Amino acid sequence: MSKKDLGLLVLILVVGAVVTAINPRFLSTINLANTSNLVALFGILSIGQAFVIITGGIELSVGSLIALLGTLFIDFIAVREMDWPLAFVLIIVLGAIIGFVHGWLITRLKMQPFVVTLCGLLIYRGVARFYTADGTAGFAFGQNFPDLEFLTAGRSGGLPNSFIALIVIAIVMWVVLHRSVFGRYLYAIGKNEEAAKYSGIRTGRVVIAAYVICGVLTALSAIYFAMYTRSISPASHGQFYELYAIAAAVLGGFSLRGGEGSLVGVILGTVLLQELQNLVNLLGIPSSLNFAVMGGVILIGVLVDQQWGVFRARRRMMEASRRNVAGAPAE
Amino acid sequence: MNNGVMNYSDPSIVQSAPFLSLEAVRKTYPGVVALDGFSMQVRPGEVIGLVGENGAGKSTLMKILGGVTRPDSGTVTVDGVAHDGLTVEASIGSGIAFVHQELNLFENLDVAANIFFGREPLKAGPLRLVDRAKLREMVAPLLKRVGANFSTDAPVASLSLAQQQMVEIAKALSIKARLVILDEPTSSLPIAETEKLLDVIKGLRAEGISVIFISHRLHEVERVADRVVVLRDGMLAGTLPKSDINHDQMVKLMIGRMLKEREKAAEAGRAPGGVALSATAVRTSAYPDHPVDLELRRGEILGLAGLVGSGRTELARVLFGIDERLGGSVALDGKALNVGSAADAVASGIFLVPEDRKLTGILLDLSIAQNISLPNMPAHAKRSLVSTSAELATAEKQKKDLGIKAPSVLTRTGTLSGGNQQKVVLAKWLAMNPKVMILDEPTRGIDIGAKAEIYALMRALADAGVAVLMISSDMEEVIGVSDRIAVMHEGQISGILDRDDFSQENVLLLAVGKKPKLAQAAGGAQ
Repeated sequence: MSKKDLGLLVLILVVGAVVTAINPRFLSTINLANTSNLVALFGILSIGQAFVIITGGIELSVGSLIALLGTLFIDFIAVREMDWPLAFVLIIVLGAIIGFVHGWLITRLKMQPFVVTLCGLLIYRGVARFYTADGTAGFAFGQNFPDLEFLTAGRSGGLPNSFIALIVIAIVMWVVLHRSVFGRYLYAIGKNEEAAKYSGIRTGRVVIAAYVICGVLTALSAIYFAMYTRSISPASHGQFYELYAIAAAVLGGFSLRGGEGSLVGVILGTVLLQELQNLVNLLGIPSSLNFAVMGGVILIGVLVDQQWGVFRARRRMMEASRRNVAGAPAE
Repeated sequence: MNNGVMNYSDPSIVQSAPFLSLEAVRKTYPGVVALDGFSMQVRPGEVIGLVGENGAGKSTLMKILGGVTRPDSGTVTVDGVAHDGLTVEASIGSGIAFVHQELNLFENLDVAANIFFGREPLKAGPLRLVDRAKLREMVAPLLKRVGANFSTDAPVASLSLAQQQMVEIAKALSIKARLVILDEPTSSLPIAETEKLLDVIKGLRAEGISVIFISHRLHEVERVADRVVVLRDGMLAGTLPKSDINHDQMVKLMIGRMLKEREKAAEAGRAPGGVALSATAVRTSAYPDHPVDLELRRGEILGLAGLVGSGRTELARVLFGIDERLGGSVALDGKALNVGSAADAVASGIFLVPEDRKLTGILLDLSIAQNISLPNMPAHAKRSLVSTSAELATAEKQKKDLGIKAPSVLTRTGTLSGGNQQKVVLAKWLAMNPKVMILDEPTRGIDIGAKAEIYALMRALADAGVAVLMISSDMEEVIGVSDRIAVMHEGQISGILDRDDFSQENVLLLAVGKKPKLAQAAGGAQ
């Protein structure tokens, strides 16, 4: 765990302690279970976003995708009465295809990630609303999917199963990002795509893969969100979720220029965001201030982190020049 | 060599009082003595060649003259006024102007706007509009003085590098500079443009303006300097009067010994091997209508000379798969090769050391070890997971073999000197058994010691049977290092010179598309 992540963890604990001191319900089983479920749902989404951000890209369409894929999933199993495992696979494949198309437009047709995914944001929202004729997608009375519900909204030994899913996904993605060759390529491309290309890396394929991963994880979280809310009004479901995901990554130490950030960081970022949401509820702060609190904390967090970085860089330079007694100065 | 007595070609220079005089200047940074009791004088109308390896103290000296930093002790006398240290205002005020290697021009503005940026003549009235007519009137004579052949309205982006440098010099003249300091002005200039710049320097001298000319290209210093000042380890290593200025003397003073590596690199006489890489009628984006034919043999260093913009870099980029090949075919070891990306080129053993080291050669934020393993990750991984131990082993070996100077292989490459960064670029390819090695300006901005090591490496590669293609705008380098020289002119190979026909003149003639003067009547050129 890096110092950055450790700092974030300390912040989470301090905020938690303060909130508990004011309102002990923060640590109640029900509150922790609810919050960890939300952490799981947003965490899966944010990990996907993080893979795109590490390449220096951005994925703005995930909120709309959650609406579209969630609507489709409920439609598949509730209206079209498809077997849920089949619907599950279809939705994941659809997420992968959409991610692939985004990656392809960005790498092969040289479109900017912001533009491509902004258009995605508009298109998927529109399609979702059209698909249900602006109605709400939900289950009919008495419709039950015991296995699916257990996996998505159930609990094992007090832990929400969604949270267990997050832990598994996080471990796998940690290995991918921090230990695999693919992860090394992602960082290299994020740092300097040209130089990576000149080192013989097929940068296009790597970037497309990042968008596919984002698409798959978004699809997975779309199913979780759908099973969590159980009814979806496509006009508002998932709105601003792309910003939650981006905020979690930024809080977790990701640079929007790419090439920086850790998986632990993005998870901690998600935890902090959900903790703040929870804090607004528990401390009786008007919920209309919700976004303002989050925005303020992110701004201060990133600012402190950056200033700390500047301070450390300066100190390192001083030390280096002091150590460099006999040696020639670097160019 | 006549020590002691300074004999100048122009006796009037000796009599005039120095415009600039440095006395026992000392500057230390924490742990480093950058300048140690350094003294020098610059007389009006004198061209001083200032040479020294990287880290010799040139940059510190420039900072002191620019008023950016103050010396710890010593005096700086400008135009008869003694200072403990200059301020930026005092430096500009006394007429010291800088032309840096990296130009400070606004590419989107025109020439006139650049020269008088922030000092534009204004029309009367509350709107403070720029008086374009007056501006042109003020700029035109400046351009004439630097011998510019472009208009005051030309957008800077449309000018060549040398022309842009002329704009910088005109800018210096516009503030009535009396000393113009040119910091590595020719390092990115092609041969013909360099000539123009040297002429401009001579023009400044004729006007009585002093010039300090800093360059790693010693033959240029040799041609233009009235006196050469050599810095070594922050001290004055020596001063050479005009009659004693020659390459070997300068090198000897710079590094304190004679250098033999370049000569070693040029050892000829071996029989070249078969054709490794052949390009037939290859078309590049630079000159889509001009097909290129080129054969590169195993075990040779083929120098690729030519003016900047003659299509050399584009050819390298096509061979390495970065740019699309617009036509023609490429064969490696006699087999047709379809290189669609750099990854394909790397897979077939064709490697490129690119021109722009910091942007494309290495990743500055990665460690030495990570840079070296990057093109060959599969060999440094088990089941798709990176093997750090394999990575470190490769890097340690390369660090030792190439003599990369760094605290450890985990050091960030961004903190290394230019020469060591270039060695990292070489190391990543050397670790992979190259068949064809293309080097684009491999020693640009690298000090002379590291240069020699890179030449020796290139020769060692050739000796090991690798086909080496070296693109260079440094005439000394092309002639000193190559086994054969191919010269490009407007996207085509205008001729190939064998060792017997090597001369600066022949390369220049071919570079501008004329016939070279060959030793044998039946020439080697097409």
